[in-house]
Amino acid sequence: MKITLNNRTEEFDKEHITVTEMLNIKKFTYRMRLVKINSKLIKREDYDNAVIRDGDDVQMLYLMSGG
Amino acid sequence: MKFSEIKEHLGTFTVGIAGAGGLGSNCAIALARSGIGHLVIADYDTVESSNLNRQYYFTCQVGMKKTEALKENLIKVNPKIVIDIYDTKLNPANIPVIYNECDIIVEAFDSPDMKEMLAETALSLWPERPLIMGSGLAGYGRNNILKQRNIGNNLIVCGDEESETSDQLPPMAPRVGVVANMQANAVVEILLKQNTYENNS
Repeated sequence: MKITLNNRTEEFDKEHITVTEMLNIKKFTYRMRLVKINSKLIKREDYDNAVIRDGDDVQMLYLMSGG
Repeated sequence: MKFSEIKEHLGTFTVGIAGAGGLGSNCAIALARSGIGHLVIADYDTVESSNLNRQYYFTCQVGMKKTEALKENLIKVNPKIVIDIYDTKLNPANIPVIYNECDIIVEAFDSPDMKEMLAETALSLWPERPLIMGSGLAGYGRNNILKQRNIGNNLIVCGDEESETSDQLPPMAPRVGVVANMQANAVVEILLKQNTYENNS
């Protein structure tokens, strides 16, 4: 499947993946982040269940300390 | 639009600011100077001398509650502004009450956990309401990588999205101030596109 991740096209060898799987495959290890699928915010507790499908627009934002 | 017209338009809006540290205090001052009519500010902290390297407070305010000190400073800048302050730690239970009337919310926390909590709470309560976040402002220099990213219709992130504060990368007035003012600039831009009639209906 093909998705858009932070405005870039990404391909995965699966028909669908969960947010947790996507983070593992892409090796996104930094803990603090926000993830949106098609503009819907996915809460941290839902990462294992939220499914990313072909054509989805995924946006990920790292939350850095400092303010 | 002339500045007098801009100010009149901005005077009809309410902006919520979550946190009154480096981002929140500087952003609030810029919004007060721009003529925003009503600010809602929450923070539980006290002004410390170590804050004065970047936050909009003065030596004589050390020991004061940040919310009280910021209100004092904002009124000196713009006596007409209406300010609601909450000396409390924000959480999913009080955010819906404190920020319910706001047209737009500025996230101005230091800790990433609080940033996440506010985003999860605000975006699920008010999916259409603009939320302006700050992420990545530590250190100095590197003006060229500070940017704004718009995610969907209503989530805006200001900062470089990579510089985390540490001993070697402390938050400092110039770079924190740039990001705080980017947030204020985004607020002004969004509100100037909004029709006052729609806002009040």
